[in-house]
Amino acid sequence: MDRSSHARSRRFAPAVALAAAAALTLAGCSSSSGGKKADEEGDSGASAGKANTPRMTVALVTHQAPGDTFWDIVRKGAEAAAAKDNVKLVYSADPNAGNQANLVQNAIDQKVDGIAVTLAKPDALKSVLGKAEKAGIPVVGLNSGLADWKKLGLMEFFGQDESVAGEALGKRLNEDGAKNAVCVIHEQGNVGLTQRCEGVKKTFEGSIENLYVNGTDMPSVKSTVTAKLKQDGDIDHLVTLGAPFAMTAVQAVDESGSEAEVATFDLNKELTGAIEKGDIAFAVDQQPYLQGYLAVDGLWLYKNNGNYSGGGEQPVLTGPAFVDESNVKAVAEFASKGTR
Amino acid sequence: MSMAQQAEPAVTTPPAPGPKETDGRTRERSVAVRVFARPEVGVFLGAVAVFVFFLIAAPSVRDGGSMATVLYQSSTIGIMALPVALLMIGGEFDLSAGVAVVASSLTAGMLSYQLTVNVWMGVIVALVVSLAVGAFNGWVLMKTGLPSFLVTLATFLILQGVNLAVTKLVTGNVATDDISDMDGFDQAKAVFASSFDIGGVEVKITVFYWLVFAALATWVLLRTKYGNWIFAVGGSQDSARAVGVPVTFTKITLFMLVGFGAWFVGMHQLFSFNTVQSGEGVGQELIYIAAAVIGGCLLTGGYGSAIGPVFGAFMFGMVNQGIVFAGWNPDWFKAFLGVMLLGAVLINLYVRRAATRR
Repeated sequence: MDRSSHARSRRFAPAVALAAAAALTLAGCSSSSGGKKADEEGDSGASAGKANTPRMTVALVTHQAPGDTFWDIVRKGAEAAAAKDNVKLVYSADPNAGNQANLVQNAIDQKVDGIAVTLAKPDALKSVLGKAEKAGIPVVGLNSGLADWKKLGLMEFFGQDESVAGEALGKRLNEDGAKNAVCVIHEQGNVGLTQRCEGVKKTFEGSIENLYVNGTDMPSVKSTVTAKLKQDGDIDHLVTLGAPFAMTAVQAVDESGSEAEVATFDLNKELTGAIEKGDIAFAVDQQPYLQGYLAVDGLWLYKNNGNYSGGGEQPVLTGPAFVDESNVKAVAEFASKGTR
Repeated sequence: MSMAQQAEPAVTTPPAPGPKETDGRTRERSVAVRVFARPEVGVFLGAVAVFVFFLIAAPSVRDGGSMATVLYQSSTIGIMALPVALLMIGGEFDLSAGVAVVASSLTAGMLSYQLTVNVWMGVIVALVVSLAVGAFNGWVLMKTGLPSFLVTLATFLILQGVNLAVTKLVTGNVATDDISDMDGFDQAKAVFASSFDIGGVEVKITVFYWLVFAALATWVLLRTKYGNWIFAVGGSQDSARAVGVPVTFTKITLFMLVGFGAWFVGMHQLFSFNTVQSGEGVGQELIYIAAAVIGGCLLTGGYGSAIGPVFGAFMFGMVNQGIVFAGWNPDWFKAFLGVMLLGAVLINLYVRRAATRR
């Protein structure tokens, strides 16, 4: 058949290429600017000693989709608290509500000492949370579910009210003199994201409309935002709902020749740089690190000292915190470590 | 996958032993019928229809800059739709194509940053990795005889997990670090993600590559021996093998071609956005396949063209951006898109039926 020289040369091609790549590295084509070398200074995140309380296990179950920078920060917060409190942290996540309920059941089966859970789709978790209660496992809520955590019998809640955050952003837009804004939603049908835009709409005195983009395809996000800016020359502010989309929106503004300002929810390390440069007006930060940290720490405090944050009546709000030119320097240091 | 539809491109191959009834190949056909029997005619008419529709419905589409935006969106889909279409003509398809794009840009971004080397090093290694993923797909497929659906679904899942886990392991975050201040970045950006001025309109370089690749693919498909092999292995693998077509070679190289496309689009993404989130790319594979199918390639293989997917991708970009340009209620966005695409495919189908009716 075709087991001729074709096959052989094909088999060797990758090896040859690899060897060539290695040779090139040795030949010294290291970058004189940027890269890991330039960034290698400073320590790795907060550390506050270590508790000598008995080892306990906490399950953190979120609705994270894989590869999202936001949830990575939540998890880092939870890990920092776990390290400090002598807690074994079991992290699991699934954006599908039914699957998330199964993960909570899994935690109950493991007989963990506490569960921290996000309530993106509260109804789906109702029955499994009842089982946790019956098993005597304390449960705290974080991030989403501000309206439902008490109803579902959770002990305490750490997060931001998405509508309140939206309202705060809307007010800030008024102060900045915005008239026509567009709210860029990167995931059609996501309740929390829609609530943010609704919140902005509530307080914003100008006109605002929603724009859906395909969040898994950045070139598509860029061209859709560019198209919107070209279609409507009156747009003076773009509101994005995640840091990576804000960065892309800035490029779209540049390319469409628009004068629009970009404001966003949530932070990451590239974004703080853009605020410093003035490319992005401001960001509303809900401090995801704090949410993860406090949820784990809250469970530890309950077990070891019987404390309730918010007394079991009030939620603990982690945002909205504004990051703009005035305070970005202080925040940037933490964002560069991926913790803010 | 009937032999009848394979007519034109296969004329120079030794005739594959197929059904022996008169299938139209021996009969003289009028020029009109021959033109309409081309796979890309339906999609061409569909694209024109969609284009004219938005020209009327959305005034801002008439601006040259708007067209550049539409073409940009089309090009990033279209560059991948080309190898995906060739693979489909060759009788296989690739579900890992969407995450393969992100895998490639993650590789280049992380390698350059972590080793602090010139970004071209990352670009080269990413090419090797992308071609290797393609070769792996093709090799497993030929070795095991499993359907490409299963093999590439597995690769899709593997890549999705590896993208996330390795990125997290290496960078400590789920996104790569910004490489825009490193050596070679400006050069690479000029090659993969620059734009140039045509009559006052900024056109992205990807549009140019898209058309060049399409011309190249058309030439390969219609004028080379390799092109004939593609049609032959897609039409009937066993018959092709019987007449001496190197089936294994053809299929593996087709998968590697998809790898090359993924690398190219991946490099574009890396150098236009400086950093990549590891969760991106999921779902894109279906859009590439859709563009190829709308472009007249049969899901069953053996039939299609390289120019059809160009119109398919254009139509996708046009509808996608046209809805925004028209300022329609965005809640209906996906529904509009679906209806438009279905309409386009129906036009496509109708034209093909009309042309091949006897």
